[in-house]
Amino acid sequence: MKHTLSVLVEDKPGALSRISNLFARRGYNIESLAVGQTEREGVSRITLRVDCAEHSLEQITKQIHKLVNVLRITELVADEAVEREIALFTVAAPPDRRGELMAFADHYGARVSDLGPQEIVFEMVGHPEDLDSFEELVRPYGIKEMVRTGRIGLSRAVRH
Amino acid sequence: MTRMTGADAIIRSLEAEGVDVCFGVPGGMIIDTYDALYRAQANGSKLRHVLARHEQGAGHMAEGYARASGRVGVAIATSGPGATNLVTPIADAWMDSTPLVCITGQVPSTKIGTDAFQETNATGITLPIVKHSWLVLKASEIPATIKAAFHVASTGRHGPVLVDITKDAQIAELDFKYPEHVDLPGWNPARKVNHRQIAAAAKAILEADKPILYVGGGIINGEACAELLELAELTRIPVVTTLTGKGGFPDSHPLHAGHPGMHGMKYANLALNRADLVIAVGTRFDDRVTGNVAAFAPNAKVIHFEVDAAEIGKIREAQIPICAPLKPALGQLCSELRKQNPDGGEGPTEWLTRIAEWKDEFPLRYERGDEIKPQEVLEAVRDATAGRDDIVWTTGVGQHQMWAMQYLNCNVPRSFISSGGLGTMGYGVPAAVGAKAARPDATVICIDGDGCFQMTGKELTTAALHGLPIIVVMLRNGTLGMVRQWQEMFYGERYSQTDLSGPLPDFMKMAEAFGALPIGVSDSDELAPALEQAIAENAAGRSVLVEVQVSEDEKVFPMIPAGASAADIIEFGSHEKAKEVEAR
Repeated sequence: MKHTLSVLVEDKPGALSRISNLFARRGYNIESLAVGQTEREGVSRITLRVDCAEHSLEQITKQIHKLVNVLRITELVADEAVEREIALFTVAAPPDRRGELMAFADHYGARVSDLGPQEIVFEMVGHPEDLDSFEELVRPYGIKEMVRTGRIGLSRAVRH
Repeated sequence: MTRMTGADAIIRSLEAEGVDVCFGVPGGMIIDTYDALYRAQANGSKLRHVLARHEQGAGHMAEGYARASGRVGVAIATSGPGATNLVTPIADAWMDSTPLVCITGQVPSTKIGTDAFQETNATGITLPIVKHSWLVLKASEIPATIKAAFHVASTGRHGPVLVDITKDAQIAELDFKYPEHVDLPGWNPARKVNHRQIAAAAKAILEADKPILYVGGGIINGEACAELLELAELTRIPVVTTLTGKGGFPDSHPLHAGHPGMHGMKYANLALNRADLVIAVGTRFDDRVTGNVAAFAPNAKVIHFEVDAAEIGKIREAQIPICAPLKPALGQLCSELRKQNPDGGEGPTEWLTRIAEWKDEFPLRYERGDEIKPQEVLEAVRDATAGRDDIVWTTGVGQHQMWAMQYLNCNVPRSFISSGGLGTMGYGVPAAVGAKAARPDATVICIDGDGCFQMTGKELTTAALHGLPIIVVMLRNGTLGMVRQWQEMFYGERYSQTDLSGPLPDFMKMAEAFGALPIGVSDSDELAPALEQAIAENAAGRSVLVEVQVSEDEKVFPMIPAGASAADIIEFGSHEKAKEVEAR
């Protein structure tokens, strides 16, 4: 089962490696990881996506919580969080296929970041699952290169 | 505020923390700190330094000091090999929750990352085995960092921390002021006791027919031994203590039901496994205690008192989890029990009778023979020290350690110091030196094996030169006995690389070379007089090595093979059962 963890840490050297080490020692792979500043100076937010069982997640959450530089750790639950990711796709786009690709992009809200004679670089911001869908859709055209930032998220403003 | 160098600030910070003794070995990247120590001592500083013969020795000494005293142990080393030699003691302290501050020198900040001479990433190497670590690049950061280091090592669940300080930070100047408070917003160890959980625990205890207290080293770290005694006597619940918990409840107390686990007493394992309520206190359900987790105390409800939230539910689900410091938690439990059950009562009398029967039925057993049996030696040292509460025992790791656990009587906390979780061979001698530094009035006796002694026995020199006399009782069986036992029982008697027999080394000459009195024993009749002499010589200020020639073939029983359960206990004389288990 996949889980998204949001960890507030003091912006100190080694904070990230201490957290990733806890996953590594249990043999869990971190599917995505995004680190950035927050509204508070000296505090960063690390958003991790991991695939592990519920019991393991509880253990690892407690271990992370024990780290001296960690201020808070929460799990972002799908319905109660806004989750976003950015991706760049370089897609093979000879002139005769461009129309279709542009239509897909338009439907998904992906933008053209760069345009070459045989390729288009699309940029897309959205829910990670929408990024997955777009990726699947353009894959048959030939994805030359792709990069994703890893998901980030915050709790929703309105909580049910 | 006083202007001084970073190195001076390190020494001043240690003094401010009340450190009386630290242990270490100098080197190029910590030389400035040793220079500051020299100058401080010349100016009348009371801070003592014990020069170990190896950084591993320094680390284990700091551990022994911490375990014997309850204070934070301090080890100092240089960069590179100095730091890597500290890795084993750090890992050991991590596994056994021993409060340790390790200070290492580091190459100048401008050289970090260049593979400079004796550069190693000390914070990186130790990352998985410290509570926290700091790389200090500026002199001005030193006082607050050392303050934080002591705080983290000794609050919540105790453990090791590392402060790696660059040479330029030691040389540069700062305005020294030792902070009064730590600034660690993310460090929030459990401080409060949830009273509803205490009430639930009291209720469960009063309802139980076969309750047992399963107590680990946390009881000693948590300074909660008096509360445990009160709880046990109030409820008449029997107590089993683990290897690290030994001495946390008096071994001689009628409610003490022995030590559980792989080489624990059969009655202790039966009591723990047949219980209907396990009250786990300051313990982590280690595999050497539980064996097969699924078959461990299968019918018991679990109350788990533990200061570290991450230990609760890690191995065994707790129906009543209580994450709190043990001292107030057990104290409140006693009050709550008095409230819920003002009339008291006799406790679980049938259950206690049952355990008493098991004790009679399954005592520790061995057979004497022509050669001295190791168990005989342990009985002799126990008898030679009977009635004394001022003995501190340390051990190495292996068969002798298990016999020490089985046969020694420890009735006060901090009297039994052994490497539990990491199982570090060679722990005993340096730990004893550290314990002696912490408690100079105590008689410190290391029970060691010939394998272990060859790893760290040289620290007897440190003991001699620093006025820290210890007794080492070394069981010489000429083999790496515990491994040999497994080879005999589970590996078809293929004794691969466990043979240490033959005349070498000459331990008597080693002892002499290290400044200890050598006493050799090869006959049972010599044991008692040898120990008497050792204790007398030691009281007069001398270290003693008592080398006892013991039988090579003796095995530690009872034994629960790794991953098996209490139902598979192999007792003395039932070795063939091991083969059945192996065949399954």
